[in-house]
Amino acid sequence: MRIGILCSRVRVEEKLLFEAFARLGVPVEQVDDRALAVRPGESAPPVDLMLVRSVSTVTGLVAALLLESAGVRVINSYATASTCADKARTTVALAAARVPQPVTEIALGSQAALDAIERIGYPAVLKPALGSWGRLLARVNDRNAAEAILEHKETLGGPHHQVFYIQEYIPKPGRDIRAFVVGTETICAIYRSADHWITNTARGGRASNCPVTPEIDALCRQAALAVSGGAGGVLAIDLLEDPARGLLVCEVNHTMEFRNSIDTTGVNIPERIARYVLAEMSVVA
Amino acid sequence: MNQIECVECGATVSVPDNVMRGEILVCQDCGTELEVIELDPLTVDLAPLEMEDWGE
Repeated sequence: MRIGILCSRVRVEEKLLFEAFARLGVPVEQVDDRALAVRPGESAPPVDLMLVRSVSTVTGLVAALLLESAGVRVINSYATASTCADKARTTVALAAARVPQPVTEIALGSQAALDAIERIGYPAVLKPALGSWGRLLARVNDRNAAEAILEHKETLGGPHHQVFYIQEYIPKPGRDIRAFVVGTETICAIYRSADHWITNTARGGRASNCPVTPEIDALCRQAALAVSGGAGGVLAIDLLEDPARGLLVCEVNHTMEFRNSIDTTGVNIPERIARYVLAEMSVVA
Repeated sequence: MNQIECVECGATVSVPDNVMRGEILVCQDCGTELEVIELDPLTVDLAPLEMEDWGE
């Protein structure tokens, strides 16, 4: 059985994953996604199992699709990754599974978006349906701001910015929670604290350990199952603490970064991922 | 620890012993990100700029 890690840019996370497999005595092939070319239906599988760690969402998605077409077991699967990559699809999957999440509307035109913002109320949050690291998030405090941002998006944006993903603003207590699910187990979680309303660690949010309570565990499992068709995977679940409703699932990430969460939680996340991959490989065999 | 020349400014950049293909090195003189594109011989090039769909 051959295992590969698909990546281009080797971040701290990828290096830690390679090291984790090496410590377990398992050879892993480094596959550069930029060198991948597959003839669907005809190409032989380059490996038996591929862990996709592409820094580009689109590249990773298409790679997963192509590799699966060649008979490769891919983690995360194309179905799971494509659900997580698109916030609209994530929201639909969570709603179908009755997972609690912020009130969300997805509009396809600027007037419909403005109407949706007014229904949700101010402040509201506008997000790109595809996007990461907290980029292009907009907190919309009033109608004037809504009109200005929508006009800018309509004028400047590419195709992805013609989908208006609108969410209620949750008055969280200066932090959110990122929980890590490997397989179907919530292995650890961190608080991400920031003075700014955007708490991504890529944007300066500070990480501290968050004990995995039974409530966090149950909600994260529920969310992971919802986006993966019941299969689970290697996922990061972002939770918001709503003062009135409790925990809400904000989004699910399928190529998670974890460099700030290993020492913080005391959990060897790359090794847990490697062991999960090995367990999945035995399923494939 | 190996060393290599920054392709942007010519400064000397330190390379860790366990460096991997695809790893990003930052030139401490000019701040340029360099991607390791070959290990033998050790070769770097300017790293790709961050794209809109990059991220976790």
